[in-house]
Amino acid sequence: MATKASRASARLMISPAVILLFAWMIVPLALTLYFSVLRYNLLNPGPTPCFGWENYYWFLTDPSFMVAMLNTLLLVGGVLLITVIGGIVMALLLDRPMFGQGIIRIMVIAPFFVMPTVSALVWKNMFMNPVNGIFGRIATGLGFDPVDFFGTMPLASIIIIVAWQWLPFATLILLTALQSLDQEQLEAAEMDGASWLSRFRYIMLPHLARAITVVILIQTIFLLSVYAEILVTTNGGPGTASTTLTYLVRVSSLLQWDVGIGSAGGIIAVILANIVAIFLMRMIGKNLDA
Amino acid sequence: MARAVSTRTKTLNTVIAGTLGFLIFFPILWIIILAFKTEEDAIRAPLEVLFQSGWTTDNFSTVQARSDYFKHFSNSVIISLGSTLLGLVIAIPAAWSMAFVPAKRTKDVLMWMLSTKMMPPVGVLVPIYLIFRDTGLLDSRFGLTIVLMLINLPIIIWMLYTYFREIPGEILEAARMDGAGLKEEILYVLTPMAVPGIASTVLLNIILAWNEAFWTLNLTAAKAAPLTAFIASYSSPEGLFYAKLSAASIMAIAPILIMGWFSQKQLVRGLTFGAVK
Repeated sequence: MATKASRASARLMISPAVILLFAWMIVPLALTLYFSVLRYNLLNPGPTPCFGWENYYWFLTDPSFMVAMLNTLLLVGGVLLITVIGGIVMALLLDRPMFGQGIIRIMVIAPFFVMPTVSALVWKNMFMNPVNGIFGRIATGLGFDPVDFFGTMPLASIIIIVAWQWLPFATLILLTALQSLDQEQLEAAEMDGASWLSRFRYIMLPHLARAITVVILIQTIFLLSVYAEILVTTNGGPGTASTTLTYLVRVSSLLQWDVGIGSAGGIIAVILANIVAIFLMRMIGKNLDA
Repeated sequence: MARAVSTRTKTLNTVIAGTLGFLIFFPILWIIILAFKTEEDAIRAPLEVLFQSGWTTDNFSTVQARSDYFKHFSNSVIISLGSTLLGLVIAIPAAWSMAFVPAKRTKDVLMWMLSTKMMPPVGVLVPIYLIFRDTGLLDSRFGLTIVLMLINLPIIIWMLYTYFREIPGEILEAARMDGAGLKEEILYVLTPMAVPGIASTVLLNIILAWNEAFWTLNLTAAKAAPLTAFIASYSSPEGLFYAKLSAASIMAIAPILIMGWFSQKQLVRGLTFGAVK
């Protein structure tokens, strides 16, 4: 049983973490909020910044904002679609008896450990380059015109790269969930004459539902912040064809040095991420009681 | 009960899963191969690369000579190890107290810590950048270590918390009865039991810090740049040198790839905050 003294010391031990995280969250966020209502550009040495709401107006009415929102949605949605479906397929496959399962698993998981800048550059040059890339070679070999991936479909190319990075994550989590499924239940259903498809539909999929939700929510949090992959492949272009919200904020604040508009964009990004976060937190919170 | 599976089914499964696994792994395999080829050979057709070209190890020394791999490597090591160890020092007491002396608000505190992780980095990019610029922390290993420690602190606390919760509290009480103080309790009773959990937490966090590519790219220039930025510098025009890019890539990912393979299980637990075990 916890004594009064141990409670006091417990509070003492938790306080550094709480204070640090509180400072990390509140101070920059408050500053961002403050900057977002200032007319403040680091390139203008003029008078001190003054108050105004127009940053939000400019950011929201900037044509690249709608494009960036749409691109963010497509990027997150596209990667989720590929990784969740691909992850279910891979998890189902890896769950079956086979030889050398450990080695195959290691191969499937490997991309997750490759740093974003490496995977983006490798895909860009060795695979998607229309002249020397492997895809280009295969297309030419088969008599087709090679596809200029980043010229004609920049966002789709980035989606492919990011999906490759995150497929292992989805596979690993879904496989872990699948392995906790009660085998006897499956066998009973099979003896009762249920086909594989109905076993999948009525037993496996409901069992996986929770893990799938977790995969979707956690990936969304990370995918909203995809940055390095865009930086080293397309730089957001051509034009704004592959600019996402994260990238747009970064460009306005650290390239155009418009602290005000960049901050307004940052606040909008925070609001969007929080909508997702609320759902994720609720799920994890439920699990904490169990 | 496990059913007997015929060798044929097993072989078929192996072939299908093996093929898909190979395709997923192929990009990594390919850069491993290209890293040992000359530039002229590396841009030949894939089959020629495989069967009609020699091997060389020159690329690795060229990469080192040209862009000082070891400087970036040591930056990566210092930043990822430093942020993880610093995080541990702060997280272990916090996780300990929440796991063994839970209060009414413990759950709220945990959820709140998690919520800090949900904040998108661009939301705080501008102020952090300006603060760093004004305090001279821009492009310093110390500044980056602090930032990475803070962004990973919630994960460290959560992972440790889920591990600590599995340690029976009775053992700690027994130690207390025998007169162990708080210090002894942590040092001699809790720590040995918690070592496996701490080890996997450390492993996962080194991986996350090593591969972090938002803050490392935005807050460093030349001096403190870790391997993520080192590779980004190859994006153009050196990107056209396939063999050197491959060698540089292998040098950047190899340590983490090897560590990662050892930490598969912990990865699930750490990245889902215990929601999937």
